[in-house]
Amino acid sequence: MATETTPSTLAIEVEAVTKAFGPRLVLKGIDLALDRGDFLVLFGPNGAGKTTLIRILSTISRPTTGRVSIAGFDAKRKPVEARRLIGMVSHDTMLYRDLTAYENLRFLGKMYDVPELEERIHSLMTRVGLAPNLHQRVGTFSHGMMKRLSIARAFLHDPPVLLLDEPETGLDQQGIWMLTETLHALGSEKKAVVMTTHSLEHGLRGGTRIAILARGKIVYQEATRHVDRGRFSEIYRECTEATR
Amino acid sequence: MTQFSRKVLALVWKDMLSEARTKDIFTSVFVFALLTVLIFSFALEPGSETTSLVAPGMLWVAFTFAGVLGFGRSFVLEKEHGCLDGLMLCPVEREVIYWGKAIGNLVFMLMVEVVVLPIFYLLLNLPLDSLPQVVLIVLLTTIGFVSVGTLFSALAANTRARDVMLPILFLPVVVPLVIAAVKSTGLILQGSPWADLWSWLQIILAFDVIFLVISSLVFPFVLEG
Repeated sequence: MATETTPSTLAIEVEAVTKAFGPRLVLKGIDLALDRGDFLVLFGPNGAGKTTLIRILSTISRPTTGRVSIAGFDAKRKPVEARRLIGMVSHDTMLYRDLTAYENLRFLGKMYDVPELEERIHSLMTRVGLAPNLHQRVGTFSHGMMKRLSIARAFLHDPPVLLLDEPETGLDQQGIWMLTETLHALGSEKKAVVMTTHSLEHGLRGGTRIAILARGKIVYQEATRHVDRGRFSEIYRECTEATR
Repeated sequence: MTQFSRKVLALVWKDMLSEARTKDIFTSVFVFALLTVLIFSFALEPGSETTSLVAPGMLWVAFTFAGVLGFGRSFVLEKEHGCLDGLMLCPVEREVIYWGKAIGNLVFMLMVEVVVLPIFYLLLNLPLDSLPQVVLIVLLTTIGFVSVGTLFSALAANTRARDVMLPILFLPVVVPLVIAAVKSTGLILQGSPWADLWSWLQIILAFDVIFLVISSLVFPFVLEG
């Protein structure tokens, strides 16, 4: 379960993060600070560096320079402690197709040392509406069911930080509503959330803050309540075209 | 049981369960090893002196290339559907992933060898009293294969030409191990005393220890690219 953190510590702190792949600089100095309850939606065109940033925040990838800390734990010096506080939903489901939903969650629960694992699995599966499919192989699930299971996977250890990398990929409109409802039902509003998306409508509805990442830089950042929703697609176009 | 070993075992259990359902690695590795031994056996007269001279080479060609096939699959399966990312997100040291995968690979390889070795003995009419000693050499050499193969399969899985990359990386490194295994198996089949084997056995043991330590230390960097 989530490790205790001091109240003054920010959930996510990113300082001057850069990432280079060979000679190509993908992220050019990213700064972010999020507390619990913050929901940052990150927009950006393909190749802007959204997934790279999420991978760095999740500690899967290391930044070339700069610092990331999760609830006060430096991702470089204390990666295991930082990872314990992170849940992630990606466009990939990160689920083993040959195992059942129960076996997937049980394996993960053991890796995260989740206490009262059996109760936790049953409770989560009920909340994502997959209780009848608990012992069904994941390979037989529909895309929507897999997405719900991958959300349960992300919430299994009750992490205070949630990273959503284009979670709506491959879902139809009904699937996107289901995704939003499931996230709310599991209490995502009490967590620090970073979500990348291509859907302006979905992103504007879900987040408390929005940012636009283009060419490796955050070129726009604003609280959602201050954003003129009618003009946002124009702002997005201006920001992304200005950096081309 | 320590936290470390509990998590390594959880990973091994997951791989075993997955393999039990698909038989993906076992089938391909077993069929390859069996076919190699079978084809070679047609070229030789069972029980002849030439057979006992050539047999060690045949056996280790089969096991080495079967190993390449098996190791190649172990991380490719993890890469599918982002499962490797899911594994890397877990709050465990990267070494847990290495040891879990290495033990899983060792079990798969040994399962294949346990079936192929008696068939090999039967087809070539080799002296059965040498079997326990050959089993020891097979066990120690397989540990060496697995230590290197697990590391390079993780490295190859992150490249585009993964099917080509693994044998290119793996085979040159395991050459000393294969030579030691062939030589010691040959000495056993010729009925040489243990004292003659000792220098080859030392090479195998040294290889196992060195590459288990090095691979475990290097693995986190390989995994994170």
